[in-house]
Amino acid sequence: MHTADFEVKPYPEMWAELDMDVARFDKARQMLGEIYGKMFLSQPNRPAGMVYFDNMISEIFGGRIKEMLAVKQEGRPVVGTFCVYIPEEIVVAAGGVCVGLCGGSQGSIPDAEKILPRNICPMVKSAYGFKAGRICPYFQIVDFVYGETTCDAKKKTWELLDRLVPTHVMEIPQMKKQRDRDLWLEEVKDFKTRVEEVCRKTISRDDLAGAIKVINDKRRALQRLTRLRAGTPAPISGKDALLIEQIAFYDEPIRFAAQVNALCDELDQRVAAAEGVVAADAPRVMVSGTPMALPNWKVHNLLETAGAVVVGEESCIGTRYFKDLIDEGAADMDRQLEALTDRYMQIDCSCFTPNDERVDQVLKEYRQSNAQGVLHYSLQFCHTYNIEEIKIREACEGEGIPYLAIESDYSPEDVGQLQTRIEAFLEQIRG
Amino acid sequence: MLIGIDLGSRTIKLAALRDGELIDQRLAASGFDPCGQSLEMLERYEPRRVVATGYGRHLAQESFAQEVITEIKAHAIGARHFFPECRTVVDIGGQDSKVISLDKQGRVSNFQMNDKCAAGTGRFLEIMAATLGFRLDEFGPAALASEAEVSINSMCTVFAESEVISLKNRGVPAADIARGVHQSVVGRLAGMLNRVGYGDHVVFSGGVARNPCIVALLRERLGGVRVESPPAPDIVGALGAALHAGR
Repeated sequence: MHTADFEVKPYPEMWAELDMDVARFDKARQMLGEIYGKMFLSQPNRPAGMVYFDNMISEIFGGRIKEMLAVKQEGRPVVGTFCVYIPEEIVVAAGGVCVGLCGGSQGSIPDAEKILPRNICPMVKSAYGFKAGRICPYFQIVDFVYGETTCDAKKKTWELLDRLVPTHVMEIPQMKKQRDRDLWLEEVKDFKTRVEEVCRKTISRDDLAGAIKVINDKRRALQRLTRLRAGTPAPISGKDALLIEQIAFYDEPIRFAAQVNALCDELDQRVAAAEGVVAADAPRVMVSGTPMALPNWKVHNLLETAGAVVVGEESCIGTRYFKDLIDEGAADMDRQLEALTDRYMQIDCSCFTPNDERVDQVLKEYRQSNAQGVLHYSLQFCHTYNIEEIKIREACEGEGIPYLAIESDYSPEDVGQLQTRIEAFLEQIRG
Repeated sequence: MLIGIDLGSRTIKLAALRDGELIDQRLAASGFDPCGQSLEMLERYEPRRVVATGYGRHLAQESFAQEVITEIKAHAIGARHFFPECRTVVDIGGQDSKVISLDKQGRVSNFQMNDKCAAGTGRFLEIMAATLGFRLDEFGPAALASEAEVSINSMCTVFAESEVISLKNRGVPAADIARGVHQSVVGRLAGMLNRVGYGDHVVFSGGVARNPCIVALLRERLGGVRVESPPAPDIVGALGAALHAGR
């Protein structure tokens, strides 16, 4: 498909039924299509398997919404999420759908700033603004939103968001002691009850076993994609891989895993033939830090436009979401919920203290991905990642790994400065 | 002949090399058409190769330059030309300030740049000079002559300007406020130097290195560290680009 031919498809009647601000949203739709065409379709040597994911973007405000509405009509739950702590297996076990809500765009921030303070995380503002401005169809169809207490900006925003859409908040512990795990297990049980209330159905052991398998398969497919990116030359661009990791949060999980695996079959052949999207000597960069929610492609685009290739995301939209699996052999519901809790407690989010396993994880992924440098990305006002960055930097410098830390939001105003920093970082890698 | 051209946010600098020696240098305001301005500056030369750096480097590459390098690398190479052993370069340009750390061979090993605003840059000093009624060339000497310590707390150009205006209206002498402004720029620079780390020798490049007060306060702040500037500090980036053209 040519860059100019791509569009995100419009569904104005459906949006009107969903009580959206149709005129405004349609402009955002057009812009997304133009940006996507320029940033993605113009890339050289894209794998053929990307067509499916292009189509997922083309249908992001239509086809996928229709599928979710059909799920709802059958009385099954649709749950909006913001964080990788959501036990999505429980929603899937109830026959429902999890959808990671929009929170990666500058466009909705003015809506949020009518109410929220300016000096908070852009992801929180963007997400709130999508609901306040009625410019995200996913926000309009969810039964409830799942929020958590991973940061102060989020937990206080949920109180306000709850006025606009029912918001269920789970308390995420801040340490990893036994009593913290016990707390989290109770929170997981409460969440299950909430989901069961929405769908008026009791989740059985077999329901949950099936769901654990489905989500494990999705995570396994993403793990396979990550392993393939270690090949030199890189068989897929970082932008495309990030896009797939973003789509993982709203696509139907079984179909998604099949498509990722089909793409991986193609990438297997590329790696065997030493075929890539860039020359073998293109600098290989691993990105670590805060999540990049759709359509935040800023850093990857800057890096890859400057001639690098991104070979991994140590991030919530990245390996933090799929590196750990759940034991599939638990015999009964209690043990399943414990296995599930154990898996979620392994997530090395910077909201925990101490969180030194993340430092080890960054170094491990750096080696496994055959990267040549680490770029730490932190959203503005994300205190936990911003401060934890110091430990990541020390570890990288200690190992002699070229390292660059940037802090940014969604606005384009710092692109010039970031470009200079990123190009200088690549000069450093090239030597 | 090799040419390096540094398309900065405020000025464009050109360095011409023959057989590794700097034979000519030029400086002009960037204006509204940096590319046109550069072409005018290049007219009289017939270079074998042109390498561009600075904010306008990519624009230059679309029009006339064969290669681009970042300001970071250009200043590193340029500073080494004058001081072959140097390991730390401080550059204050029109729109950004940076601290660059070099390894033994002169390769960039680490760097820090200011945030996305004009805080602590040449532009900041320009605006403060205008607010206080100084010409740019008398701003540094006037501040240096003052012995009073007035502290400017805000580094944001807009907020600092209102702070300066309120000090002025409290009757504080302009030269004392000027010293405070210089002190605040140096304080910020020292913070960046501490983050990157430095030894006993710092090379100071960029147009702001011609400001005697910034240099004096930086020496004072860094204690026993030798702070040196090349004879024409503005040209260091352009020279670095020209030297790179010959590699």
